[in-house]
Amino acid sequence: MTTELETPGFTNTSEADLAGRWGLVIDQDICTGCQACVAACSMENNVPFVGEADAGYGRAMHWIRIERLWKSTEYPDVKMTSFQPTMCQQCHNAPCEPVCPVYASVHSQAEDLNLQVYNRCVGTRYCGNNCPYQVRAFNWRDYTDARIRPGLKTLQNQLNPDVTVRRRGVMEKCTFCIQRIHKAEDKAKAEGREVQDGEFTTACAQACPANAITFGRIDDPASKVSQAAITSRASHLLDELGTLPRVTYLAGGG
Amino acid sequence: MATYAKPLARPKQHAEEEHEENPREHLMHDPLPRGQMNAMVMESMNETNPLFWVITAVLAVIVLFALGYEWSVLILQGQGTAGVTRPDYWGVFLVNTVFWIGISHAGTFISAILRVLKIESRRPFTRAAELMTTFGLVQAGLSIFMHLGRVWLVYWMFPIPNERTIWPDFHSPLMWDLMAITTYLLSSTMYLFLPLIPDLAMARDRTEGGWKKIFYKILALGFRGTEGEWKNLTTAMNIFAFAIIPVMFSVHTIVSWDFAMATRPGWSSTVFGPYFVIGALHSGMAAVAIVLFLLRSTMKHYKYFIRPEHFNTMGMLMLLVSMAWAYFYFNDYIVPWYGGDKWDKLVQEYTEKGPLAYLWFTMLIVNIVIPWATLWNKKWRETPWLLAIVGLLINVGMYIERYLIIPVGVTINRMPFTWRQYYPRIEIPMTIGTFALFLLLYMLASRLIPLIPVWEVQEGQEAHMIRKMGKAEISTLSDME
Repeated sequence: MTTELETPGFTNTSEADLAGRWGLVIDQDICTGCQACVAACSMENNVPFVGEADAGYGRAMHWIRIERLWKSTEYPDVKMTSFQPTMCQQCHNAPCEPVCPVYASVHSQAEDLNLQVYNRCVGTRYCGNNCPYQVRAFNWRDYTDARIRPGLKTLQNQLNPDVTVRRRGVMEKCTFCIQRIHKAEDKAKAEGREVQDGEFTTACAQACPANAITFGRIDDPASKVSQAAITSRASHLLDELGTLPRVTYLAGGG
Repeated sequence: MATYAKPLARPKQHAEEEHEENPREHLMHDPLPRGQMNAMVMESMNETNPLFWVITAVLAVIVLFALGYEWSVLILQGQGTAGVTRPDYWGVFLVNTVFWIGISHAGTFISAILRVLKIESRRPFTRAAELMTTFGLVQAGLSIFMHLGRVWLVYWMFPIPNERTIWPDFHSPLMWDLMAITTYLLSSTMYLFLPLIPDLAMARDRTEGGWKKIFYKILALGFRGTEGEWKNLTTAMNIFAFAIIPVMFSVHTIVSWDFAMATRPGWSSTVFGPYFVIGALHSGMAAVAIVLFLLRSTMKHYKYFIRPEHFNTMGMLMLLVSMAWAYFYFNDYIVPWYGGDKWDKLVQEYTEKGPLAYLWFTMLIVNIVIPWATLWNKKWRETPWLLAIVGLLINVGMYIERYLIIPVGVTINRMPFTWRQYYPRIEIPMTIGTFALFLLLYMLASRLIPLIPVWEVQEGQEAHMIRKMGKAEISTLSDME
């Protein structure tokens, strides 16, 4: 019993940590709001369908959602904000991490991602409460159990074998398609090299018909995501909270 | 130049209205022999009318339905049967937790602080208040378990050594909460038990056989009332009375940190710690008033022990705590309002002008206006039923206060896309269940445990004396410690 316990760092501010590893860039100027990313994400990550009643009550479990809000509420002159695909921002200083009493919401040191250990979660929902972006999804019922939902029987054949299926009472969230990251890393390791930028991409970025979503390495200054993130159009969601999100939004023409 | 002479004292014009208090109306100056008081308490415990058992049966059925059937549904089907959803991940279950911990606070406050400060009017009702602490904490603990998504894995929150060396995360305010509530439950139970030992021994000596005799025999720990035993007991009670006060303050401060430590508008407030402590006392004091009224009107002989003077003490405490609560609420309100943070302002506007604004106004009326308007008057304070009604209203107000902070407060967050109002579903029967369980436990305890600490009352009566100083009769108290 000599295992060393490593607690997740949540106030770490060293240069290497600030750089991060994987990042997303979302161009709101070319996003058409087609929801292809939502569908692709649900298929890739076995995100369950919650059914009509629960979806109507706001329990749809999408890991990515397209936000769009009314700017003016007077009917004829309705102006809308631009589409904003929102998923877990993979904060470096994630507010969801320290509040979990059982280490189910942890920081991955290797990928600098914010991970949810499904089989460790006891469902206090503190992380969901404390997430300023409200991007966590809770399994309110057993949505993936075919014994409870007979309609799922054949649909279960489409589940992605690389991703677990979650049961009731467990919090889940966007992982930046960590199964794809691991696959690419394993391949690169076998070939004795680093993972190249653009070698693979996440399900949402892959499905985007307008190429509004770009995934890549933000620790590589030459990568597409790093180049996009230093333009004047770049911004982060709720930057003032100091969470150091890894998702950059591009908006504002030019 | 004219000079005016003023009388230094005005002659009493309404001499007949000046009510001279007869000190012999007070419990401390109306002593009965120890044996008679013992017999009265034993009789009130053993004589039960059928209505008691009818109410007990009804409560038991409610508990079985709410905490047996409904809770099974909640566990087996998931939290989807409750009304919680994004962004209201926390709902009525945590409102109940905070509420019951609040109720549990008054017991210790009244018992420990009044005992440390040697307030004499505490004597007959310390036990009734301490029992509320223990039974209230039971409801608080159950409410946390109801809230968990996977309650069958709750032991993962306890630091149990395991082969994977996974510990709970002590960064989490929920862990502090768990530690604080456990400490409080254990220490308040011991603090309830210590002054109970002499009364259990009394009950043991006055019970003829049966399972009750065995029950008292075990719990009385062979207490015989020797000088040495009393000395040790008094020392232990003194240590606990002092030590439990910081524990009590820490518990509700830590409960408030569950909210204050979060990065949510309306929650991350530095005044939450003392504000929650005072809020807890506000609801707890009011609950003690209700319990005292119920005991006095239902238990035989309790009109001798619990008198208007005790309601007067409770009323003064309630008024004081209500003023303190108003001060802290004003603090918690004015700082975000003046600060003008966009999100804090939205939370405040939603609370005051949103669809649940009537709750906010009700809270202000029953928590501040009604206590201030009634409890200033001694005659009204000494009216038990009036105090019980005011207490009930304060508890309604304090429940609303927690409701406004938790599910109403989290409706507004920094992502307007996710705003959604919360409606409780299965929470309603289960909340009724916790109230029923509390009453049921209390009713059963009233048949088993002497709710009046007879030895403490007698100790007070021995220490008090009426002496004549000239023509006046003066109540004196000799310190026997």
